[in-house]
Amino acid sequence: MRGLEARVVVARAGHRTDLDLLAAPGDVVAVVGPNGAGKTTLLHALAGLVGLSAGSVRVDGRDWTDLPVPERDLTMVFQGQQLLPHLRARHDVAFGLRTRGMGRREADRVARAWLERLGVGHLADRRPHQLSGGQAQRVAIARALAPAPAVLLLDEPLAALDVRVATALRIELAQHLAAYDGVCVLVTHDALDALTLATRVVVVDDGRVVQEGTPAEVSRHPQTAHVARLVGLNVLRGTGAEDRITLPGGTALVAVDPPAGEALAAFPPTAVALHAHEPEGSMRNRWPVEVRALAPHGGALRAQLALTGEDQDLIADLTPRSATELGLVPGRRLWAAVKATEVTTYAAGGGTADR
Amino acid sequence: MSRSQPAGLGRIPPLLLVPALLGTAVVVLPLLGLVSRSPWRALPDLLGEPDVRRALVLSLTTSTLTATVCLLLGLPLAWLLARGRFRGRAVLRALLTVPLVLPPVVGGVALLGGFGRTGLLGGPLREAFGVSLPFTTAAVVLAHTFVALPFFVLAVEGALQAQGERYDAVAATLGARRWTTFRRVTLPLALPGIAAGTVLAWARSLGEFGATITFAGNFPGTTQTMPLLVYTRLQDDPSAAYGLSLVLLGLSLAVLVLLRDRWLRGAVR
Repeated sequence: MRGLEARVVVARAGHRTDLDLLAAPGDVVAVVGPNGAGKTTLLHALAGLVGLSAGSVRVDGRDWTDLPVPERDLTMVFQGQQLLPHLRARHDVAFGLRTRGMGRREADRVARAWLERLGVGHLADRRPHQLSGGQAQRVAIARALAPAPAVLLLDEPLAALDVRVATALRIELAQHLAAYDGVCVLVTHDALDALTLATRVVVVDDGRVVQEGTPAEVSRHPQTAHVARLVGLNVLRGTGAEDRITLPGGTALVAVDPPAGEALAAFPPTAVALHAHEPEGSMRNRWPVEVRALAPHGGALRAQLALTGEDQDLIADLTPRSATELGLVPGRRLWAAVKATEVTTYAAGGGTADR
Repeated sequence: MSRSQPAGLGRIPPLLLVPALLGTAVVVLPLLGLVSRSPWRALPDLLGEPDVRRALVLSLTTSTLTATVCLLLGLPLAWLLARGRFRGRAVLRALLTVPLVLPPVVGGVALLGGFGRTGLLGGPLREAFGVSLPFTTAAVVLAHTFVALPFFVLAVEGALQAQGERYDAVAATLGARRWTTFRRVTLPLALPGIAAGTVLAWARSLGEFGATITFAGNFPGTTQTMPLLVYTRLQDDPSAAYGLSLVLLGLSLAVLVLLRDRWLRGAVR
């Protein structure tokens, strides 16, 4: 089969990564999940930098499992600064072309063209210490794309950049990835990366795949609290029956037609209203909460709230003014209210229901 | 110096200052003695003497050869120690460090045991090819290499360790095999360390005395290097010994300046 078929098992003391990954040429697979979930391990194992405890890696029908790194037709954009410190940008980009047998002149021409394509053609003769973070990352991406490898591995390619630079580069990267016809595996902790760059999203947690689907499916129906936070949603897990989902601690979440059995409820943080006293009125969902933490979120303030009697957290967005009026400080007890019509419910799907 | 030290941290404790000054005196006083008692005016004549010229040329030649041999053998060794994944690596490193702590005379005796006329390798070598190493210029280089190689290997291994395997991994994912990675990435990045190691080996070779006189003897023209000549002259012409020592001091200082330059450049990079 063309594309990537991998089962990556890496067992280390106290930690085990066991992930299946299937991708066709042209696929951009975003791997998301919390720190330590095994995302980078997966990339390093695919590259051959980390040995497999079990499993296999096949690319375009060829067995890569025991192949040394240089013999795998791949390139990688590593986390953080990773340009070769002694090389000019064009020599760095030409490096992977030269190792693949391209002549010096041709490699230089192609390298310059790629630097041009990433908007850093004028910096071709600079060394890494003469480049800004964003420029260096552009060179790194040019270097990874230039050899047109069968597999392209991107480890948090935009993480170290400031927001404006990352936004511009994300748009360009999307264009380049759309034109790239190999398999791209992208590790990210940024929902925006996953939503704009990927054709498929794989959610990993604790070394396992917990959800897989298109970016739209995963963002609409996140199965884990981590992904819910990434896409900026509240997700509560409980048991659905009739008009409500009952959380493990007994809290009732009233919703329209929830599925029976294990179910998830999602609602945006803007749908959560906070009150100093138990509110009256049409709000069917009223829960006592305790403020855990506060952080600025855009122009608003995002409060992290612990649901009293439950093991799950909520996030709520509110204006700085209402935060002041409510006297919002960590430890303060309040009431949270959510309209039943704001809540989307769906069955918890043991990992792959969305596929 | 006073500017880089904030006054707010307080005065230097006498318990640290006094020993530090004593240590400085131990090193600096003899150097001052050497400089003050040297026959500066007679120096040109001294350098004109055939014995001295031969010793100086021999010293510079053997030091340069030693540095070259260290580079050729020590660089692969340092790479193996820094990047190799094999059993006995720690043992190998420990073995290579032995000459660092060995009295040079003992090193000379060991060299006789290994490469001497009846030595482990020297015996068969003489029987098979009629080659005898001891008391030749080659023996001088061999003795110097024995003593200087650990300095070189440790310096370069340190540089390779500090560089880490990060860039090796980057090169590998770009399709570079190990030799290409070594040539195009590891080596250029370790250049300051390699230069420092080479200069160290060169300087160590220039000053070698014990192992040389034991294994190679003290023959003018073939094995009498500058330190050996200084020792010889000290017996009957102390003034000449001072003059020759001054020349060696000058060479050492030149090396120190060269090293400092590398260190500074390393720090800036």
